[in-house]
Amino acid sequence: MNLHNAKKTALPIMNLVKMQGVPILDQLHLEERLLRSDFKNWCILNVGTPQPTIVMGVSGKPSELVNIKSVIYNQVPVIRRFTGGGTVIVDKETIFVTLICSREAVPLLNLYPQPIMSWTGTLYHDALSDFGKFHLRENDYVFNNLKFGGNAQSITKNRWIHHTSFLWDYDVKNMDYLKHPPRSPKYRLERSHEEFLCKMKYFVPSKLIFIEKTLNSLQKHFVLRPIQADDINALNIPYAPSSRLLTKEELEKELLSTTA
Amino acid sequence: MTDLTALSYTSEHEWIALDGDVATVGITDFAAEKLGDVVFVDLPAAGSAVTAGDVCGEIESTKSVGELYAPLDGTVVEVNDAVVDDPSLVNADPFGDGWLVKIRLDGDLPADLLDRAAYEDLTA
Repeated sequence: MNLHNAKKTALPIMNLVKMQGVPILDQLHLEERLLRSDFKNWCILNVGTPQPTIVMGVSGKPSELVNIKSVIYNQVPVIRRFTGGGTVIVDKETIFVTLICSREAVPLLNLYPQPIMSWTGTLYHDALSDFGKFHLRENDYVFNNLKFGGNAQSITKNRWIHHTSFLWDYDVKNMDYLKHPPRSPKYRLERSHEEFLCKMKYFVPSKLIFIEKTLNSLQKHFVLRPIQADDINALNIPYAPSSRLLTKEELEKELLSTTA
Repeated sequence: MTDLTALSYTSEHEWIALDGDVATVGITDFAAEKLGDVVFVDLPAAGSAVTAGDVCGEIESTKSVGELYAPLDGTVVEVNDAVVDDPSLVNADPFGDGWLVKIRLDGDLPADLLDRAAYEDLTA
């Protein structure tokens, strides 16, 4: 649908940025800039991040969430992001989909966690129900009772962000860097990471099909306007993002605190 | 038991209990219920100045983090350490043990604060 038709149908415009292999920290910085310093709607798609990276929520404590010794030994980056939610390990086989919206973008949507989660659940149900028994289970996207996407939100007065890391594929060994979190959804039932998670590639024919289906579902709510990632820098949106890489010294200090 | 009719409220779902020139501030049960299980609070430090309407902290629930807005101009005189240690107090007792900060008022209370009846209309 073109912009002329958008005005006729009154669907809001959403800028669409497609990226390939952008490091997850750079993606998070971009997202926070757009959430806090811009007023437009955005969809950010990034297929893969170059190296396995642990990403914790805003209040995440490495001592509770991460096997710090092996993370330090293997030099796995650990990031604390600006949104809430749990801890994930992402890599080149992770597909990231982020929605950044203004208050009016989705009619009648109350800007609280559960309504936003439910709305995204219908979006992804539309995209994925052909490929398996898709559910929004507590706050996770699952096929049957196997989680394939971790998501998180941040809500400001007039805007919200909901971002998801979809596990297209993953190295089971990397899950050993993550501890069983102190807070888990009830449906997890004490299952290990391997028993709790599934790989999207066993359900969806290709990454391209997943992306196309997701964008088709989004187009029921928005007119998508492609934007090149380079053009965002030209928008000159200054902001100092808070997502950051934890230093080795910080991780060592956390490790000492658990052994003291 | 807190007398909810004695409190003032903001449209951002905070409550204020004024005692002399010190206001105790928290979020309402409506906000706590909408947020879900609160797991972390990031509050302004004692001694810091706050401005009405500006972001002064964050409240994190299971999947989301939301902004905490200063309901008035003033200086933070006390932070509720109990809720920092146990954020679930915000859900369990939002008008009591789940209070967040105490602020010494600078000037007058904002004119757009709501009484209980107006707040109930807002959340109906």
